[in-house]
Amino acid sequence: MLDKIKNRICVLCGHYGSGKTNVAVNLAKAAARAGKRVCIVDFDVVNPYFRTADNRAELTELGVRCIIPQYANTNVDIPSIPAEFQSVFISDEFCIIDVGGDDGAIALSAYKERFEECGYDMVYVYNKSRPLISEEDDAAESVRYIEATSGMRISWLVNNTNLGEETTARTVEEGEDACLALSERVGVPFLATTAFKEVKGITREGVFYMDNATKRLF
Amino acid sequence: MAEKMLMKGNEVIGEAAIRAGCRYFFGYPITPQTELSEYLAKKMPKVGGLCLQAESEVSAINMVLGCTASGERAFTSSSSPGVSLKSEGVSYIIGSDLPCVIVNVQRGGPGLGGIQPAQSDYLQATKALGHGDMHFVVLAPAYVQEIATLMGEAFDIADIYRTPVMLLADGALGQMMEPVDFEAKRERALPEKTWAACGHGNKRKHNIVNSLYIEPETLENTVLARYERYKAIEENEVQYDEYMTEDAEICVVAYGITARIVKTAVKAAREMGIKAGLFRPITLWPYPKKQLAGLADKVDKFLVVEMNMGQMVDDVKVATGCKRPVEFFGRTGGVIPTPDEILAKIVEMNGGAK
Repeated sequence: MLDKIKNRICVLCGHYGSGKTNVAVNLAKAAARAGKRVCIVDFDVVNPYFRTADNRAELTELGVRCIIPQYANTNVDIPSIPAEFQSVFISDEFCIIDVGGDDGAIALSAYKERFEECGYDMVYVYNKSRPLISEEDDAAESVRYIEATSGMRISWLVNNTNLGEETTARTVEEGEDACLALSERVGVPFLATTAFKEVKGITREGVFYMDNATKRLF
Repeated sequence: MAEKMLMKGNEVIGEAAIRAGCRYFFGYPITPQTELSEYLAKKMPKVGGLCLQAESEVSAINMVLGCTASGERAFTSSSSPGVSLKSEGVSYIIGSDLPCVIVNVQRGGPGLGGIQPAQSDYLQATKALGHGDMHFVVLAPAYVQEIATLMGEAFDIADIYRTPVMLLADGALGQMMEPVDFEAKRERALPEKTWAACGHGNKRKHNIVNSLYIEPETLENTVLARYERYKAIEENEVQYDEYMTEDAEICVVAYGITARIVKTAVKAAREMGIKAGLFRPITLWPYPKKQLAGLADKVDKFLVVEMNMGQMVDDVKVATGCKRPVEFFGRTGGVIPTPDEILAKIVEMNGGAK
């Protein structure tokens, strides 16, 4: 999956709860382990908790530079983007931008020109098990909505279909089929399928296996 | 949506309401429950319903009053500070004997407090959200799946007893994602809404929905009739769950998300040879008093665990008639207790590991 991303900046977008943060954290870990210098940005302006900031310690240990909003995981609702974010456009790191769901993409539009100057891959993360994008018509609308909101072009679709801890190989494979159909429909190429390591028996090629990075409460 | 879907607790509240036939939502955004409004803003128009963002929480609850007075199912939602604002309206709804559902996805308090999860509105919800002689039903889900079931039931209970029903959740439950299916809920016989002010068409006497009574005796009789219904609720609507309480020596009492953290701690305690168990009230009013009284004859000690400063402790003491010691462990201000902290408390109460 990493080898197909040609630009230095990789933006992850999608519908709420499609698993962008999980993909972003695992992508950062994989890139760091492959010897790349990596930076990850918690660019989420819509979600109060369960975010990239939860994985800061583990990522920092792997040498990943984490840009986290000052008030993430505090008791206030101040969805600010830290000034340090601008360093993404002048660094030589592999930069992963974890964007908030749906309307969260509006925050990208402020930096649209900078992204275009530097070049970017924008990945739409798809989860067929999410009710508002489960049907192809709704998913296609969501892809176009995020492009319209951000003013940026989506370069790839990633199938991250999962049901949390109840995910089976069938869940993932049906998601891949739906994602391939969506790819055809919206004219955006399919990049890969991502799945939790615990899911056994997936028969598709090129699956990117991930740890579950979601913070556990119990 | 026959197969399972992966959903946030807040989204499930909205979807379950739609499936319960509710077509009217009046709310005002507040973290950590805003995904509910957002979900309904997208879904309600597709099912011919209305999702209205009022200018304030006070407006929203009074819109619920007007809507439900016409016989339609209606609900509102907020988080702690917003629920406080609704309290006057809730009292008027009770005084008018109207059914409705109120959702509180709790955050830290008092005041603006914070946006992280809490359970510090327990006393407000179970004792007095509003003035006057009153109760209403309080349901405390612990699983995203259970939100789906209880939200469906909430509308039925509201209609049967002509009372508000509160779904008392917390930020963690509202924000977390779990697989859910909207299985058929218990079918219940619903009374006809003969009281609804929905147009008499010159065919019957007109209905008036009101909470003002000129004569004190009339008001007293109205309150007494309402308390007869409360008695029926206490007899018929208590719900609870138990885990390893059969031979438990230390019984932990916890509700909502905290009960799941406790469950992990109870399992760990069992592995250490400590006989711990979990009692989880699902209805916080009516409170499962009889069941706890029964446990007081079997267990040695109770431990209450909450995300507050111990608001449920007195309910456990009253229910058990203070037969056994009741201790407390909690975190507050938006801090979520960990299974390890709770386990340490259980071990301490046990006098160390056996």
